[in-house]
Amino acid sequence: MSLSVENLSCTRGGLPVLTGVTFHVDPGEALILRGPNGAGKTTLLRTLAGLAPALFGGIAVSEDSIAYSGHADGLKAQLSVAENLRFWADVFRAPGIDAAVDAFDLGELMDRRAGNLSAGQKRRLSLARMLVTGRAIWCMDEPTVSLDSENVARFAAAVKQHLSNGGLAVIATHIDLGLPEARALDIAPFMASQIETDPSDDPFLAEDTL
Amino acid sequence: MKGLLIRDLSLAVRAGGGFGLGLAFFLIVTILMPFGIGPNTSTLTIVAPGILWIGALLACLLSLDRMFALDWEDGSLELLATSPLPLEAVAGVKALAHWLTTGLPLVAAAPVLGIVLNLPPQGFFWLIASLAIGTPALSAIGTFGAALTVGLKRGGLLLSLLVLPLYVPTLLFGAEVARRGVEGSDAATPLVLLAGLTLAASAAMPFAAAAALRVNLR
Amino acid sequence: MPKLRAMSLWEYANPRKFMATSAALLPWVIALSAICLGTGLIWGFFFTPDERLQGASVKIFYIHVPTAMMAINAWAMMLVTSLIWLIRRHHVSALAAKAAAPVGLVFTAIALITGALWGQPTWGTWWEWDPRLTSFLILFLFYLGYIALWEAVENPDSAADLTSVLCLVGSVFAIVSRYALLFWNQGLHQGWSISATDGEAPVADVYWYPAMISIAGFVLLFVALVLFRTRTEIRARRLKALITRERMA
Repeated sequence: MSLSVENLSCTRGGLPVLTGVTFHVDPGEALILRGPNGAGKTTLLRTLAGLAPALFGGIAVSEDSIAYSGHADGLKAQLSVAENLRFWADVFRAPGIDAAVDAFDLGELMDRRAGNLSAGQKRRLSLARMLVTGRAIWCMDEPTVSLDSENVARFAAAVKQHLSNGGLAVIATHIDLGLPEARALDIAPFMASQIETDPSDDPFLAEDTL
Repeated sequence: MKGLLIRDLSLAVRAGGGFGLGLAFFLIVTILMPFGIGPNTSTLTIVAPGILWIGALLACLLSLDRMFALDWEDGSLELLATSPLPLEAVAGVKALAHWLTTGLPLVAAAPVLGIVLNLPPQGFFWLIASLAIGTPALSAIGTFGAALTVGLKRGGLLLSLLVLPLYVPTLLFGAEVARRGVEGSDAATPLVLLAGLTLAASAAMPFAAAAALRVNLR
Repeated sequence: MPKLRAMSLWEYANPRKFMATSAALLPWVIALSAICLGTGLIWGFFFTPDERLQGASVKIFYIHVPTAMMAINAWAMMLVTSLIWLIRRHHVSALAAKAAAPVGLVFTAIALITGALWGQPTWGTWWEWDPRLTSFLILFLFYLGYIALWEAVENPDSAADLTSVLCLVGSVFAIVSRYALLFWNQGLHQGWSISATDGEAPVADVYWYPAMISIAGFVLLFVALVLFRTRTEIRARRLKALITRERMA
């Protein structure tokens, strides 16, 4: 199980954002995406997860091996913490939710409605969902938002555990997770606005269109 | 898939889930009609099947825009799209959940409203049969409309504009069954056609809805 | 790309190629359309006898029938171009579908209005819930929804995808509605005016020739309008692309 990206171009809203992205992640490895705001980290992760189509280029990965977590927590406010987790466990046909509950210390909160949680607690629940997916490749977009330092450490430990089980992760984050297995990738050089593109690639930009 | 159905049903019946809104709307529309048409019972008998069908159709329409919008807003639609569940199955389950929480209560409430509108006794069976068999098509077609407009600002009004012309055949056949039932003429033929429409819509619309969802998610 | 490759139809799906070809074609189409419409309508209005039963009111036929035909044909053209977009991702195809919709909408409206004007003296009513009339009303709603969806979606490629799927699904439902309406009400409207089904032409030759010419005129008018509007859409897309490039640079 590994993730290979070859000369990938990503689009957002029909416009090219990143071009020529190439990287390879092996099992047990984490790739930390870095780059200025609006560089295209989210777009790249959404493309990897199959939500956004790639303009061209290839993603070599086995089917149904990617678990994605975005900016939104994806929680149902009316359901309890346990119900939320069990729902995703059911969707991903996971055996149980205990490991996920322990990893993010959610035991005390199990019967609370997700709508009554604090922002940090919601995020922990959202991250615990990654564990119940049972998938090998984690694509995570700013996972540590609204987490305190104690819970950032919990998250780092969960990622470490995931990597040592042969999983891998692609994480867009600005903070240092303190993972020795992590390698940083600056995506600024791939930004489409930094690269001189051939205008004839876009049928609407070619000089003699009018 | 069962998990998603149970989640959607329990979300619908919990506080703020909007369960019963469609039913209340159906009730209000039907009760208001005699105020507009007049209390003459023989007139009401003639228009009752049509009013009940249009009331049911509008009540279905009312609750469509919540179908994907809530999952879209909290991010769970994205997560479902990356889950092992195919989006076609998600759309199918959503349609089923919509029917169970909106269509089925309407079918159950229709006899009471039939009495209010002076529906003749021989018309009840055909009215209930046509609603029970026809409303799943409304939910399935509505799922497609909801998928087209998910994530759009002011999507609700556009949703009505897109879905209403698609509802025409279902309404024609459904109301025809109920009307013929009242008249005592052959209602089985339009009922079979209505059933065919429901089966075809339930089979095909989840695919169209999933295609629209994929476009709206990217 | 090898230069020797034979020209195929798909070349015209390239915006540059389309702009060049349509620029050369457009004046001819406009001129031909004007000639056909002028000849057909003037001939039909002034140089054909009044019909025995319907009198002069029958002459609205020269507008009513061609616009009604084009109202359906415009949707059929949108269906084909939508399919081409979905399968081959040619931008011009999607933009042509977008360009045709308002034209089809106006043709549908003209067919409905002229139908009402014709129906009043002939049937004694402006409007009748006849299957053919009703299906045009439904077609009108389909056009409205299609146009509204194009306007509502910001990303042009997503808008093209969603409207194409809607056009596909809508076409199926339009046909189902057509048969459902026949079941619902048998109707007043005469059979399709142009086709002769029982061996005898329903329209006499004196009316037939000007009718054919004005139908050709309306077809050419439709082609001209769609070409013109597609060119505008392509320019609008180019403008958008240029502005984006400026902003990114």
